Amino acid sequence: MLLNEFLFLAAFLFCTGVYGVLARKNGVLVLMSIELILNAVNINLIAFGAFNNTITGQVFALFVIAVAAAEVGIGLAIVLLIYRNRQSIDLDKVDLMKG
Amino acid sequence: MDWFLRNAWIIPALPTVSFLVILLFGKRFPNRGSEVGVTAVGAAFLLSILTGIAWIMRSTAGAEGIRPTVSRDLFVWFQLGARQTNFGIRVDGFTVMLLFMVTFVSLMVHVFSLEYMRGDRRYTYFYAALSLFTASMLVMVTAPTTLQLLLGWEGMGVCSFMLIGHWWEDKDNSDAALKAFLTTRTGDIGLLIGIAMTYFIAGGSFDIQKINEAALSGRTDQTLLLVAGIAFLWAAIGKSAQFPLHTWLPDAMAGPTPVSALIHAATMVVGGVYLISRFYGLFSKAFHIFTPGHSGFNLVAVVGAITIIIAAFLAFVQHDIKKVLAYSTISQLGYMVMALGVGAWTAAIFHLFTHAFFKADLFLGAGSVSHSGSHHSFDMKKDMGGLRKPMPITFITFLIGSAALSGIFPLAGFWSKDEIVVGAGHDGYATFMVIAVIGAVLTAGYMTRCVWLTFFGEFRGHGHPHESPREITVPLVILSAMAVIAGWLNAFGLHDFTKWTENPITAAAMSAAKVTEAKFSLPAAVISVAVVLASIGVVWIYYEYHAFGFFHERTRRSRPARAGYVVLENKYYLDDLYTDGIVYSIKSPIARAAYWFDQHIIDSVVNGIAVSSRWIASVVYRYIDQDLIDGAVNGAGFSAEEGASVLRQTQTGRVQQYAAIFFGVGVVVFGVGLLALTHAF
Repeated sequence: MLLNEFLFLAAFLFCTGVYGVLARKNGVLVLMSIELILNAVNINLIAFGAFNNTITGQVFALFVIAVAAAEVGIGLAIVLLIYRNRQSIDLDKVDLMKG
Repeated sequence: MDWFLRNAWIIPALPTVSFLVILLFGKRFPNRGSEVGVTAVGAAFLLSILTGIAWIMRSTAGAEGIRPTVSRDLFVWFQLGARQTNFGIRVDGFTVMLLFMVTFVSLMVHVFSLEYMRGDRRYTYFYAALSLFTASMLVMVTAPTTLQLLLGWEGMGVCSFMLIGHWWEDKDNSDAALKAFLTTRTGDIGLLIGIAMTYFIAGGSFDIQKINEAALSGRTDQTLLLVAGIAFLWAAIGKSAQFPLHTWLPDAMAGPTPVSALIHAATMVVGGVYLISRFYGLFSKAFHIFTPGHSGFNLVAVVGAITIIIAAFLAFVQHDIKKVLAYSTISQLGYMVMALGVGAWTAAIFHLFTHAFFKADLFLGAGSVSHSGSHHSFDMKKDMGGLRKPMPITFITFLIGSAALSGIFPLAGFWSKDEIVVGAGHDGYATFMVIAVIGAVLTAGYMTRCVWLTFFGEFRGHGHPHESPREITVPLVILSAMAVIAGWLNAFGLHDFTKWTENPITAAAMSAAKVTEAKFSLPAAVISVAVVLASIGVVWIYYEYHAFGFFHERTRRSRPARAGYVVLENKYYLDDLYTDGIVYSIKSPIARAAYWFDQHIIDSVVNGIAVSSRWIASVVYRYIDQDLIDGAVNGAGFSAEEGASVLRQTQTGRVQQYAAIFFGVGVVVFGVGLLALTHAF
């Protein structure tokens, strides 16, 4: 088994995630895309860990999963509040910071 | 007992502290500060008595049976290079005598002023100045160096100025204060020159003892000594109101009467006499006072003699009782200076001692008369006369003072004046002996006139004269008691005063020339008392019985008599000579030149500066301020605004747009970094 295959998979996932973050209007989908980016990183970490015969990569991946869970919790709460205030989760309309 | 001699510095320190306390907190005391002054001076007086007793009990184990001087350095005053000048004290018999005399008279005056100055608008300030004055005088008499002497000397001058001008709202008073200050300053130039010269005479030392020793050693150039002596004599002439700088003292009577009694009769004006006595080694050498075969004349004695006579004549034409006493003071100071000039050192300081008591008594008596008898007037002819009945205590004490001043046996003035007469005759100064006797005759004459005009005849004032309260009469009684007994200290056969004040410097100067102290001589005493009594009798008969018709109103009828009177009225035209002659002739061309310089040079410079600065200012305004500075400020604002309006367009508020830019930049940076890394390795 080659390391390349995992890296290609991770790169594909990462690009999909970046596309989602930049292009989707729906707040929930943007959060999900961020998850994709994080999981792409996780795949990389585990792959390199297995390749080098250490468990450090897996431990790191577990940390990332825990942090991602917290992040999603906060992110969904924000989206929920945006919906309550504006009856929409369209990110294009959330532009209060416009100068 | 030597503790008191070694710690005599406490005596000047007490009034210094009292001055500061009165100055800072005086008005908060129940009696507005006067109690502080009286207490401090009273304590200083007690210490002076104890110091005097300690001095008398001191063993005479020193050289030639003279009590050794006590010297002590207290602290380093200042240091210039390697040379340091100490602040200290030197106590000898002369100092002890002066400490006693100054604190005694000062205490009497402090007590007298409690009543005399009551309700004065600057009562606290008056007591502060009295304390400062007492402190300065005490610093001067204990000074071991010329610099410390100068400190006390000038301190007294300032206090004299402040107290003469105590009621400065009156222009005459502030003028008198200025005149006194400036005239004595004229003399002080001599003191400064003398201090500078004696510093080099003593080989680089301000120490008075060393200066005298250097002068007596015979190694110093005679011309140098003479010039230094003349410089110090000039200082003494200014301070002790000798001819020709005596003109300030009569005007100084503008001050309150206690001030006249303390400063202008008993203490400060003897500063000049003190100076000559302290530097007697220098003076006796410079003016050949003891030198065998001297001419019988010297500058010191001549100045004193002229002063005795001219001041005594002036005392006859005064209407103001205080001015009579002022001219009398000048005349008596002339006695002291003349006595020093003829080598009668002890007689001079003995006269200084006795004179302080009876003259302070007379001045305070005059103050008492004006306070309770004549409604604050000092004019004998207009507001006095016949006051012996309503003011018996003042009358008796004034009479005792006058008799003492005139030199009637056995009062204080007799002993001291007699010593001067004998001293002058003793050492070949016969001319001055005659002058001393003539002076005594004149003194008796003007004092009789003064007493008659004040206390006898009809009362010419208005109101109801009455006796003064106790604060005034008690000092009068004490002072007149001293005027009676002070002379006995040096009566024939006793000579305690001579022994107590014996001074190693004077003794050295006298023994070097083989001169001895004069002895009491009965014929001289009898003659001087006889002429004095005759003088009193003549003046008395003249006034009381209106006798000698030839002389009455003589000034109206006879041209020469009138001319003489006018000259005296105008004080020999000396004031006119000083103000119109000397001052104006110097002032006027200088003033005109200064005016021209002011108008043409200074003004044109000032105007030029003004015009050019206006031109520069307009250039600066138009180009630099308006264009450059304002342009820069406006430009900064404008560019910030423009830049901001461009940049704000990037602030869309859309998170995804930000993220896209962020991602793009990240990719670029990462790519460039990657390229750089791959190429680097």
